Amino acid sequence: MSDDQVTVESVTGVELRLAIAGPGTRSYAFVIDWHIRVLLAGAWLLVASVALDAKLTWRSHDALLSLLPAAIIYFLYHPIIEVATRGRTPGKRMAGVRILSRDGGQPSATALLLRNVFRLVDSLPATYLVGLTTCFLTPQRIRIGDMAAGTLLVLDNAVAEASLLRLERLAANSKLSLDALELVDQVLERWDSLEPENRAKIARTLLARLDTQAGAAQADTHMSSVRLEDLSDARLRDLLQAHLGPDAAANHG
Amino acid sequence: MARAGSWRASVDKVAALRAQRQASVDEALNAVEAYRGLARDLATARRVVPNSRTAAGLESLYRQLNTLISRRPHGGLETVRSSLKFDIPNITRELRVPILSMALLMGVSALAGWWLIATYPTLIGLFASEDMIEHVEQGHLWTEGIINVVPSSILSISILANNIMVSVLAFCAGIFLGLGTLYLLAMNGLMLGAAFAFVHQHGLARALFEFIIAHGPVELSVICIAGASGIALGESIIRPVGLSRRDSFQACAHRIGPLLLLCAALLVGCGLIEGFISPDARFPMASRATIGVSYWLIMWSLLTGRLFAKKPPA
Repeated sequence: MSDDQVTVESVTGVELRLAIAGPGTRSYAFVIDWHIRVLLAGAWLLVASVALDAKLTWRSHDALLSLLPAAIIYFLYHPIIEVATRGRTPGKRMAGVRILSRDGGQPSATALLLRNVFRLVDSLPATYLVGLTTCFLTPQRIRIGDMAAGTLLVLDNAVAEASLLRLERLAANSKLSLDALELVDQVLERWDSLEPENRAKIARTLLARLDTQAGAAQADTHMSSVRLEDLSDARLRDLLQAHLGPDAAANHG
Repeated sequence: MARAGSWRASVDKVAALRAQRQASVDEALNAVEAYRGLARDLATARRVVPNSRTAAGLESLYRQLNTLISRRPHGGLETVRSSLKFDIPNITRELRVPILSMALLMGVSALAGWWLIATYPTLIGLFASEDMIEHVEQGHLWTEGIINVVPSSILSISILANNIMVSVLAFCAGIFLGLGTLYLLAMNGLMLGAAFAFVHQHGLARALFEFIIAHGPVELSVICIAGASGIALGESIIRPVGLSRRDSFQACAHRIGPLLLLCAALLVGCGLIEGFISPDARFPMASRATIGVSYWLIMWSLLTGRLFAKKPPA
C-alpha cells in the first residue's frame, strides 16, 4: 500500500482502495471555495448597498441586511455547504475530491461539523500553516480537523467510471477478451498522439497477436504478417476498429 | 464479460440513490445485490486484468456504492431528542470533575487578577483598553449607553459570535495537550478579576455585577464546560485507553460534539440577553437576577437531562 492510498476492508471482504488527496489537491479545492465565498459575500454586499440602499456599518440596523449576511456567507460557508452536500463543496467537486469517513462511508453531520470547528486550530497562525504541516506529516495527508472527525479527503475517479461504461459498450459488440479490448481501445485512443512509425509497429504486433488468438473464426480481420506489413496507416486503424465492433468508429473516429 | 452488461445499471443505481434522501426497502435490497455483484466483478478484474481501466472503473463504482450503502439514516428530531436525553447527560456526568476544576481555575485566576489590580492599579492597562479605562475613571461603565451606539440586535449577534468563538477555541485548544485550554481559561479569569477590582476602585462594582448577572452565570458556566471538554480532549491524546492516540482523540471529539452544540445554543441565548437586557437600564436588579438564575437552571436541567426525564407514574 502506498502512502497516498488507504485500504479498507468492505463488508463483502473485497478491499476498498481509497486514493488520498494530497496537500496540493486540498489547497486547490480550498482556493476555489475561498474564491466562491469571497465572490458571494462581495456580491451580497453590492446588492445590499446598491439595491437595498443599506449602510455598510455595524452601528445601524442596516447591518442585519448588509454586513451580517455577508459575514454568515463568508464564515459559515464550509460547515453549511459541507453538511448540505454531504462533503462535496463546489471547490471539492471541481478539484475532483470528496470527504469520506475512515471506513469509506459517508461522514455524519456531526463529523462534518467537527471537521469545521477544528479549522480554528488548522488555520493557525495564518494561511492554514498548522493544517498544511499536519497534511505533510501524516501518512493519510489529513489535517487536525480530519483527525477529530475521522474523515479522509479522497480523489474521485470520474474518468475511470466513464471509461468503464465505454468498455462495457464495446464489449457488447466485440468478441475480444477484456484485456485485449482494453489494449486495442487504448492504442486507438492514443493513435493521433503516437509517432506514425511507432503506431504502425504497435498496430501490426497487436493485430498479429489478435489474429493468432482469433484464428479462423474471424476471417475478415485475419491476415498474414506479410500482408500486415503492406497495409497503410489508415487501414491498420480500420482493422483495429473492426475488432472493437461498430461502436468503435464513433468513439475513435 | 458476461456481467459487463450490469455495470451501466449499477452506475444508474448509484446516481439515483445519491440524488434521493431516502430509499425504499426494494431499492435498498437491489443496491445491496448490485454491491455484491460488483464485489465479485472487482475481485475478478483485479485478478484477471490488474491495473487496468476496467479494474479502476469497477473500483470507483464499488467505492460509491459502498458509501451509499453505509449511509447513516437521517434521525431528524429523534436524534436531537436522544442526544438531549442520553448523550449530553452522560458526557456531562463524565466531565463533572474537569468542569469543577475549570470553575476552580477561573475562580483562582479571578482572585489573582483582583489581587494584582488591587496591589498594582497601574497594571490595568494590561487587561483593559484605553477607552474602557477612561470611561471607568469618569465614573461610568463602558457598557453604559452602548445600545444608543449599536443596535441591540447587532450587539447580541456580535456578542454571541464572540462567545461561541471563545468557547470553541477553549475546546479546540485542548489539542495542545490541554495546555491551550488551561491558558485560555486562566486568562479569562484573570481579566474578569482585574476588571472587577478596577471598577471596585471607582465604586462601580455593583453596576458591573448588575450588568453581568442576567447573562453571566450561563456564559461563565459554558466557558467552564468548553474548557473541561478541551481538557478531556487533551487527556484523550495524553492517556489513550485501549486505542491509538488518534482513535482516542477522534472518539473523544465525537463524544463531546453534541455537548458543544448545546453550549453554542446556550450562548445564543446569552448573546440575546446581553444585547437586549443587560445594557437596558429599565430592567431592575431583581428581574435581572431572576433571568440569570432561571436561565442557569434551564441550562442545568438540559445538561443533566432532567428537562426530558420521564416523570414516574403517580
